[in-house]
Amino acid sequence: MTISIPIQPGRQVIRRGSRRRVRTLPLVAPSVLVLLLWMIVPLAMTLWFSFQYYNLLNPMLSGFAGLENYRFLLTDPALWTAMANTLILVGSVLAITIVAGVLLAVLYDQPFAGRGIARLLVIAPFFVMPTVSALIWKNMLMHPVNGIFAWITRSLGLGVVDWFADVPLLSIILIVAWQWIPFALLILLTAMQSLDNEQKEAARIDGAGPVAMFFHIILPHLGRAIAVVAMIETIFLLSIFAEIFVTTSGGPGLATTNLAYLIYSRALLQFDVGGGSAGGVIAIVLANIVAIFLVRTIARSLDR
Amino acid sequence: MRHAKSDRIALSVLGWTVALVMFFPIFWMVLTGFKTEAEAVATPPSLIFTPTLDNYADVQNRADYLKFAFNSVFVSLGSTLLALAFAIPASYAMAFFPTWRTKNTLVWMLSTKMLPPVGVLVPIYLLFRDTGLLDTRIGLTLVYGLINLPIVVWMLYTFFKEVPRDILEAARVDGARPADEIRHLLVPLSLPGIASTALLAIILSWNEAFWSLNLTASKAAPLTAFIASFSSPQGLFWAKLSAASTLAVAPILIFGWMSQRQLVRGLTFGAVK
Amino acid sequence: MCRIVSLSVFAAALLGGTALAQAQTTVTIATVNNADMIIMQRLSDRFEEAHPDIDLEWVVLEENVLRQRITTDIATLGGQFDVMTIGTYEVPIWAAQGWLVPLEDLPSEYDVDDVLKPVRDGLSHDGTLYALPFYAESSMLYYRTDLFQEAGIDMPDQPTWDQVREWAAAIHDPDNGVYGICLRGKPGWGENMAFLSTLVNTFGGQWFDMEWRPRLDDQAWHDAVTFYVDLMRNYGPPGATTNGFNENLALFSTGRCGMWVDATVAAGMLYNPEQSTVADRLGFAQAPVASHPKGSNWLWSWALAVPTSSDAADAAKEFVTWATSKEYIELVAEEEGWVSVPPGTRRSTYDNPSYTEAAPFAEAVLRAIETADPIETTANPKPYSGVQYAGIPEFQAIGTQVGQMMAAALSGQMTVDQALQSAQTSTERTMQQAGYLK
Repeated sequence: MTISIPIQPGRQVIRRGSRRRVRTLPLVAPSVLVLLLWMIVPLAMTLWFSFQYYNLLNPMLSGFAGLENYRFLLTDPALWTAMANTLILVGSVLAITIVAGVLLAVLYDQPFAGRGIARLLVIAPFFVMPTVSALIWKNMLMHPVNGIFAWITRSLGLGVVDWFADVPLLSIILIVAWQWIPFALLILLTAMQSLDNEQKEAARIDGAGPVAMFFHIILPHLGRAIAVVAMIETIFLLSIFAEIFVTTSGGPGLATTNLAYLIYSRALLQFDVGGGSAGGVIAIVLANIVAIFLVRTIARSLDR
Repeated sequence: MRHAKSDRIALSVLGWTVALVMFFPIFWMVLTGFKTEAEAVATPPSLIFTPTLDNYADVQNRADYLKFAFNSVFVSLGSTLLALAFAIPASYAMAFFPTWRTKNTLVWMLSTKMLPPVGVLVPIYLLFRDTGLLDTRIGLTLVYGLINLPIVVWMLYTFFKEVPRDILEAARVDGARPADEIRHLLVPLSLPGIASTALLAIILSWNEAFWSLNLTASKAAPLTAFIASFSSPQGLFWAKLSAASTLAVAPILIFGWMSQRQLVRGLTFGAVK
Repeated sequence: MCRIVSLSVFAAALLGGTALAQAQTTVTIATVNNADMIIMQRLSDRFEEAHPDIDLEWVVLEENVLRQRITTDIATLGGQFDVMTIGTYEVPIWAAQGWLVPLEDLPSEYDVDDVLKPVRDGLSHDGTLYALPFYAESSMLYYRTDLFQEAGIDMPDQPTWDQVREWAAAIHDPDNGVYGICLRGKPGWGENMAFLSTLVNTFGGQWFDMEWRPRLDDQAWHDAVTFYVDLMRNYGPPGATTNGFNENLALFSTGRCGMWVDATVAAGMLYNPEQSTVADRLGFAQAPVASHPKGSNWLWSWALAVPTSSDAADAAKEFVTWATSKEYIELVAEEEGWVSVPPGTRRSTYDNPSYTEAAPFAEAVLRAIETADPIETTANPKPYSGVQYAGIPEFQAIGTQVGQMMAAALSGQMTVDQALQSAQTSTERTMQQAGYLK
């Protein structure tokens, strides 16, 4: 399932600066071919399965299902909840990580005592496996009996927040944001460093205060980097799975079931490969809709 | 422009506070790994205790850490090299000789990333079974290389676009072939960009937990599978889990820390400036 | 350059791969990371010493991951594992598919008749044994004798749920970190639904009637779930919706719970002072009952089976026989003490005075296992076998979905009636799709 976006060819006409034309096809082709194989083969199989009755546990039940798997899924109220959860999850984490990432990039671009070490500490969460970080947060921080948070709030006389029962989606968002803020910071910090000191100096001489500097010089400069962060993160966040699997198993109820978890539950908890495949196809369609909007915006910013 | 001294101090305090808050969960994990199980669940949390290595001994007794770690290293490095080998020529072509197809190709590549892994597990499992790739490091390396290829292409594409065209064009006028151009000019010029891309790919492969659990059994299982045997076993497990987690995370964390300078220096490094 | 490097890496890997192919038979064992299995892994070098031609490879995973991993493998005939750890739910279903090697003509010293009958029946299909029990369990009530003494309560041998609620209220002391009762709340057919199914059984309800119609809209379900939710909200620990067996075991063994109804296999761990701070203050009784006297205690066995897709079936059988033998039980007793031997499988274990002495709970556990009846469980006749599950392939799907709804009711995100209503609807949908309902 490819996305085709109408892009005006006008802007990227080949610059004819070189005398010799370079044949680009042999250079691009290998990547395209392997990806095509990697995508088309499973995709074709997924499409095929999505029209079949195929339950791993019950091979007796087989044969052509027509649209039955889709009908079953689309009439399932869980699907819509899962879509909403997916969008909320992606949207909130994107917002949190980008805002925090920009602010932290500005902060860690300033010289201060021990900045190098502080920077190392901040980016550390990104290197931690999602399963491990979910386990730490669940068992050692957010645990309502033994966790640090519970101990802090109890010591302050505030009672205990039962994170995964009272605010399940928020808990997941917090964990995921904690993992991805360092990523945003890394990319944005890299971009900050390519900002010309002369440019900054010039603006400062013109009497620009720190706030004006931030909005007129820094933020525009970070535009492309922000676009890259948003794009890469979206791809990963759409299929967030390990954090949910480890902490809430999609619950309570459907409170933290996103599309990836719904498909997992169908394909690997219920072993309904047909239904899971239909869910996979729906997820791809949804992901591509998101991608079209996203990539359009980003493609524009990359062209600048 | 001088910073007032109080500003400096405020900055330090703020910078360090944020850093400590972000790092706290990891710090706590490492600390808990050196406690006994009883201390690990004590309230109020015990900060002063006699560190013990028992958890590490227990963990090592149950699973051969080095075997898992070797698989992780092998698969992450292998898949990253694989992805770079495919991506560098492709990104070079797309960055310097864009055609009307380029944007579409790039977008399409990314869209392959959006195929939810769970949805295609059974097809891939069947393919791997028939090709004998189940539970092989090669199989996992191929999968990771392919999963990361779109990201690698995109990142390299954006980095390559920053390289001044004039330098490459001058070389071309001198009769350099694309392969020479890539090897002698592009790669050295954009080394920091390639390095940070590679770092990202290595981290992503190291931490990937779905394919690694499902496509391996015993021979090729990496550290994510190692962790899966310590999460929620019976009885008290916080300290052992922390020890196992520390072991699983430590190599990539140290590697990430060592190479982050490279990452942060990014594009300002080298001849570009 | 990169290409060359990666090629040489691959070449090296290929060489490494072929070097592994040796004359030895490799048996790959997939198992759960439960305490008893970890002991098995540790003691398995004894087996390798006795069988120098067999090489054991271990894949130890958390229960959910393991189940998903081996089901994918066996259903696609992937052949990655030679020994699989599965339960009484899977064995008959998988055997019916022809996925498991029948375990007939076991050596006479194995003494298959020594294996408890309910367990043997649970692991058979059409009268043939397809898996050997590693350990077996029912469920029972654990309580803290010190708290009960303080409150002046005498525990009868067979309490009722109404009594349990009363006692939970009496000993509930959250300010000191002691909660009246801990029960499973983590969603999953093998987690909260295992417990809730027994509760519903004893409240007079059941999953399906003889026409396979889901009966979750019965009054019995309403009463049972309302009782459960009230009990847990008032006297349960916070965070109950993420508490499964392991989490509750951790809570109880650190002295956080006054009572706990769960698997009998926990007794061995709770009595072990190295793993439990309440070893000297531990009491137990049969699982509480309500209006219907049966079905209040479940029956489960973790068993070792050999898939037909295995390429080392004979060596695998050899191992399976060893790990479930009397000899193995004695080995564990020698190395870890009698209290830690895998319980619930063999009559001879319970006849052994060394065991009954070391494990004061032995008799109660044996009784619980022997009274658990997968066929005659509920107040009204039912078409499925299984106490805490319905032995049909669709049940995993149903139990997973209903489990989520029950967790939602427990957390207060849904009312009990809403939760049961949507549980009923989703069960009907699944049963319709599977062709049970026309």
